[in-house]
Amino acid sequence: MKARANISRLLIILGWLFAVLTLFPIYIMITNSFKGRAEIFTDTIGLPQSIDFTYYANAIQKMDFFRAFLNSLTITVASIFFIIIFSSMAAWALVRNKSKTSSFIFFLLVSTMLIPFQAVMIPLMQYMSGWSIKSINFSMIDTFYGLIFMYIGFGTSLSVFLYHGFIKGVPVSLEEAAMIDGCNRFQTFWRIVFPTLKPISVTVAILNVIWMWNDYLLPSLVLRSPKLRTIPLSTFYFFGEFTIQWNLAMAGLVLTIIPVIIFYLLSQRYIIKGVMEGAVK
Amino acid sequence: MRKDIRYKITTFLFVLPSLFVFVNVVIIPFLMGIIYSFTDWDGFAFKGSSFVGLKNYISAFTDQKFITSFWLTAKYTICMVALVNIVGLGLALLVTSKIKTKTLLRGVYFLPNLIGGLILGFIWKFVFTKFFVQLGEVTKTSKFFFNWLDNPTAAFWALVTVGVWQMAGYVMVIYIAAIESIPTDIMEAADIDGANSVTKLRKIILPLISQAFTISLFITCSNSFKQYDTNLSLTNGGPFGSTELITMNIFQTAFGYNKYVIAQAKAIIFFFVIMVITMLQVYLTKKKEVEMQ
Repeated sequence: MKARANISRLLIILGWLFAVLTLFPIYIMITNSFKGRAEIFTDTIGLPQSIDFTYYANAIQKMDFFRAFLNSLTITVASIFFIIIFSSMAAWALVRNKSKTSSFIFFLLVSTMLIPFQAVMIPLMQYMSGWSIKSINFSMIDTFYGLIFMYIGFGTSLSVFLYHGFIKGVPVSLEEAAMIDGCNRFQTFWRIVFPTLKPISVTVAILNVIWMWNDYLLPSLVLRSPKLRTIPLSTFYFFGEFTIQWNLAMAGLVLTIIPVIIFYLLSQRYIIKGVMEGAVK
Repeated sequence: MRKDIRYKITTFLFVLPSLFVFVNVVIIPFLMGIIYSFTDWDGFAFKGSSFVGLKNYISAFTDQKFITSFWLTAKYTICMVALVNIVGLGLALLVTSKIKTKTLLRGVYFLPNLIGGLILGFIWKFVFTKFFVQLGEVTKTSKFFFNWLDNPTAAFWALVTVGVWQMAGYVMVIYIAAIESIPTDIMEAADIDGANSVTKLRKIILPLISQAFTISLFITCSNSFKQYDTNLSLTNGGPFGSTELITMNIFQTAFGYNKYVIAQAKAIIFFFVIMVITMLQVYLTKKKEVEMQ
């Protein structure tokens, strides 16, 4: 019994050791965002001598942080809104309408999950820049709706796949009852089916948030105006410009991580569950 | 009969929005990409480009930098698959054992996964260039703790370190799910029979989570192969182009040197490699499932 207690104590120590190791870079980042130039040079490891938010104020201004945050938020929320609506509708129709066409569309969606972004990025930019109407200022490049459109396209496969798997387990009887009561298919879907999909909708939303919020490559190709930059984009330009001023750079990085941490603390349970479901499929 | 047609129309309307966006964002560009890779398209109008056969593919395969970055990516992937899964499984075993605060620990281990690769790379850039140097000076271990990003071999391991730090938590979640789905009565029976922890791990846990292995191996494999963000922010291919992974090579060929068609040919090769890996994985999983029956 005593040996067992020792093992358990050892495991706890090991666990915390790993936790410290995991959090250590974050600790280094936070502490150094408060240190002056000389202090970073002489002491990177210790706690800062004074808490001074100068670098934060500076970083917020130079990164145009609040604008970037709002840009990221707008793009993520809008894309996920459409992905959830479009994918759940498509998946429901594909599951309930058993035909060769349905299985072909489903197969097409699933098999293209293999395509790496690099294989489509060059023609995609060429193709999308062709979708422009000068007279009404419509353009897919350098606009939010253009980027959102592309996010919906890239997010569709996995989302339809997840909904498809879930809907297969939802009994049809409820829908049939609604139809008999005089609901048409649109009403049936929105009133009866969609509410039952809530658990999987949360999963779809979370997986897409993690991906889109952190995505760098696609927005870097689509968005060109500095005003439209998302958080990863503005971090990239900011960091390139201020690498020599480490304290400022670290303050900028802390700012970008704060929303992620808040999101994590609020929905940790759903995030881990969502990632499990997304991975296993 | 009329009802049947109406049913078909509504089905079509339900699928249409997704399908329209998907076809235009993924399918058409992908097909265009395949066609472009066989032409001499210059990056502007496609009209006037002509068919050049396998020329771009030959250019890709004779590009020494591409071959180098291909093998580097393969090496990176192998290291990542091994290390991420060892660490991830270790963490999973740790937080599924009967220790206190395991929920908190899980949360901590998973955290790096939510921070994007680009930002992770920047954080670690500071750790390697400032913290490591200072640690080496203070503790007189500068043989090991120096600026890893200045040395080609060390910079490669810096990429692996950051990758493991990022992905281990993700794989851990997959292993946790598998371990927790093992019925408790099996474990209790093993306890009664007097099996120790090592025996339980080898004879019960590992065989029962074999499916999680396949999933995790595949996910780390394809994610490592597609790594770009950390590569960009941490080393940007340096020092002296020694850590340029395949995705960065493709990007540079296209947007750095404006050789779009060669980049596209490389991207198609890249796609094929990923496809072969996936097929292999599916095949192996199927085979294993048959063996289990």
